[in-house]
Amino acid sequence: MIDKVFESALDALRDVRDGATVMIGGFGTAGQPAELVDALIAQGARDLTIINNNAGNGEIGLAALIKARRVKKIVCSFPRQTDSYHFDALYRAGAIELELVPQGNLACRIEAGGSGLGAIYTPTGFGTRLAEGKEARRFDGRDYVLELPLRADFALIKAERGDRWGNLTYRKAARNFGPIMARAAQCTVAQVAEVVPLGALDPEVIVTPGIFVHRVVAVGPGRAAAQGES
Amino acid sequence: MKPLTRNQLAARVARDIPEGAYVNLGIGAPTLIANFLPRDREIFLHSENGILGMGPAPPQGQEDWDLINAGKQPVTLLTGGAYFHHGDSFAMMRGGHLDICVLGAFQVSASGDLANWHTGQPDAIPAVGGAMDLAVGARHVFVMMDHATRQGEAKIVERCTYPLTAAACVDRIYTDLAVLDVTARGLVARELVAGLTFEELQRRTAAPLLRGM
Repeated sequence: MIDKVFESALDALRDVRDGATVMIGGFGTAGQPAELVDALIAQGARDLTIINNNAGNGEIGLAALIKARRVKKIVCSFPRQTDSYHFDALYRAGAIELELVPQGNLACRIEAGGSGLGAIYTPTGFGTRLAEGKEARRFDGRDYVLELPLRADFALIKAERGDRWGNLTYRKAARNFGPIMARAAQCTVAQVAEVVPLGALDPEVIVTPGIFVHRVVAVGPGRAAAQGES
Repeated sequence: MKPLTRNQLAARVARDIPEGAYVNLGIGAPTLIANFLPRDREIFLHSENGILGMGPAPPQGQEDWDLINAGKQPVTLLTGGAYFHHGDSFAMMRGGHLDICVLGAFQVSASGDLANWHTGQPDAIPAVGGAMDLAVGARHVFVMMDHATRQGEAKIVERCTYPLTAAACVDRIYTDLAVLDVTARGLVARELVAGLTFEELQRRTAAPLLRGM
């Protein structure tokens, strides 16, 4: 019997190694798998490369991971926020590396990574300093920049409900990067508010089919309230 | 001459958004436009984090932090609205499916180059978000901004000195003084606030203007 459900977040992250590349879902704190990130902090892996839209908010989740000095490099579109002070301080001190990627390029590089593509040409960023040193090419009168796929050793995502095969549904705009990151990692770990019996999820509304999900952890009730967001 | 207030400017932009338009309102001042969209028009607001049919802020105490806008403030979903992942959301931009986006700007050039993501200060922590994708992808790019900086420097310029968001992407500029179109012939002034002469507008603009009122 296939059962991808793990007892605890820590159990699900035991084999994250130092130097691993880890995608973390979420847009700000919406969809951020805070319990998995807490477990990653407890687990102890260092020198991580993190792929996320932001660079942490307040004191929780990714911000706490950054504060704990476990992140060597972050790949993101929007690090600077009113409450990204832990990142800001390390960045100014030269203690964390930043690869800034336009948000849509971040999304399509992750999609390319999960879809087995070798590279993509995207119009976003052409003619800007974020495209400096990158191959450019014109197709049908429009200019594009060559961007490479993003893949990861682990993807940590937050979903609403999951079953033992790893099928997932999401909640509102907490979906954001979850479905695309799930496809781009060697091992995708989903924290869910509720694990439901096989068959309880309507096959017509499953957003992420279980083939993309390797581990499921229930962290219920999971509907995190406002947490230091501005 | 009285410059438009933020709200008056938002109301002015709102008038130009037609029934049925798929629209992304950038973070900051453009968000205000939502408050002035005519109630008799059905307009689809897109939020980069995976929402179409975005509605206004919820009443206090009813915030749902899984339902936020690009500025990470709580919003609501209108009847008929939908959620989707980031790949789809940015395909809507990049694929030319959004009719209009309205963005703030540091500078706009005479040829429609947009600079709105980086001040160019060496010690600034850069953040780009979805600005470059919107500027490149939306079918019509509107800029909403003050005509000059607080220090009185023109924000409409011959060439941007700030790092570019995208080249030749802006179609129309709404400022607290005027509405200008970016055309192949150059910048055309379409509307001036009451009491402002074309000559005075030109004096406050660091790129040549054509009369189009």
